[in-house]
Amino acid sequence: MSVAKISLPKSVNRGESVAVRVAIQHPMETGYRVDNKGKLILKNTVREMNCLYNGALVFSAEMGSGIAANPYLLFYLVAKDSGLIQLNWVDDAGVKGTASALLTVV
Amino acid sequence: MVSFIFIMFGLGWGVSSFLICIADEGPKRAKRPQPPRSGIEFVSPEIRAFQEDDFSSPAMLWATRGEHLWQETAGPRGESCQSCHHDAAQSMKGVSARYPKIDEPSGALLNVEARINRCRTEKQKAAAFAYDSESLLALTAYVGLQSRGMEMKVTIDEKNKARFESGQRLFSTRIGQMNLACTNCHDDNYGRKLLNDTISQGHINAYPAYRIEWQDFGSLHRRLRACFYGVRAQLPTAGSDELLDLELFLAWRSQGLPVETPGVRR
Repeated sequence: MSVAKISLPKSVNRGESVAVRVAIQHPMETGYRVDNKGKLILKNTVREMNCLYNGALVFSAEMGSGIAANPYLLFYLVAKDSGLIQLNWVDDAGVKGTASALLTVV
Repeated sequence: MVSFIFIMFGLGWGVSSFLICIADEGPKRAKRPQPPRSGIEFVSPEIRAFQEDDFSSPAMLWATRGEHLWQETAGPRGESCQSCHHDAAQSMKGVSARYPKIDEPSGALLNVEARINRCRTEKQKAAAFAYDSESLLALTAYVGLQSRGMEMKVTIDEKNKARFESGQRLFSTRIGQMNLACTNCHDDNYGRKLLNDTISQGHINAYPAYRIEWQDFGSLHRRLRACFYGVRAQLPTAGSDELLDLELFLAWRSQGLPVETPGVRR
């Protein structure tokens, strides 16, 4: 079980740009580390994440071993209508996660 | 590295004088830095900003997970933490500020981690969590969060005096190939540089905490073990009596500082 979360301003005006902050709890194993018995730890990073705004793709990212553990991303979108912002991610082990938040446009 | 050892040898002979200091209250012959300064004052502005903003703080991810676990049932009776303790914001308020504590019936010294595990095995009849497991860390972080901003305050009395003194002894005894005691850095040299880092006073008010070096969230005992490793000494096991004694002494030493759990450190 992993935690992911989205942070949005309380409410925004129509047409305004909104900062969306996303955080995912993930070890982002690089594949270069060994455990204390000398065995290689398999690479496991968040392979892909995307954000949907009322069902439409507004942001996506492909990540790899260059991204630190527990990735934190910030992006902007233009507020059109109130609605759901949904985050989906999948890692190399096939584990999927999701988080969502409501954007209120006044 | 050679010059570093040389400096530490040079500092060594000031150590014998510290034992005669007497604190205003609490056990005699124990000293702590006055005024106490939280570890957050010794880290970079970037790390400080990390801790101050709950959203960008990676440590809060563990606390959020702990909040889920609080409501998750375990064991044959299908009980969760919430079944008995209800709202953590009420029932767990101030708990982390007064631990570690002597458990009344058994006489064992328990920190928050051990207390949670005892609850699991005795009340929920479920399996105990491994010491540095993600679940135990998450619950400890969530319990700690309920005391955030409260003053650290353990009471040293007849019951825990022996454990306290054992912790104090460990703190001021030179160990390892480097032949260093905790006090050599954290009492005598805080604020000075050790390689590229500023030495802190060694307070525990942010733990369990997210460490940038670990890229992970870890317990106080993991952090203490890192110091044992640093002076090239034998590492005590996490959750061992030795580290619990030290934790009790350190909690007393951090008295008056606000709880920052779950904190962020370098």
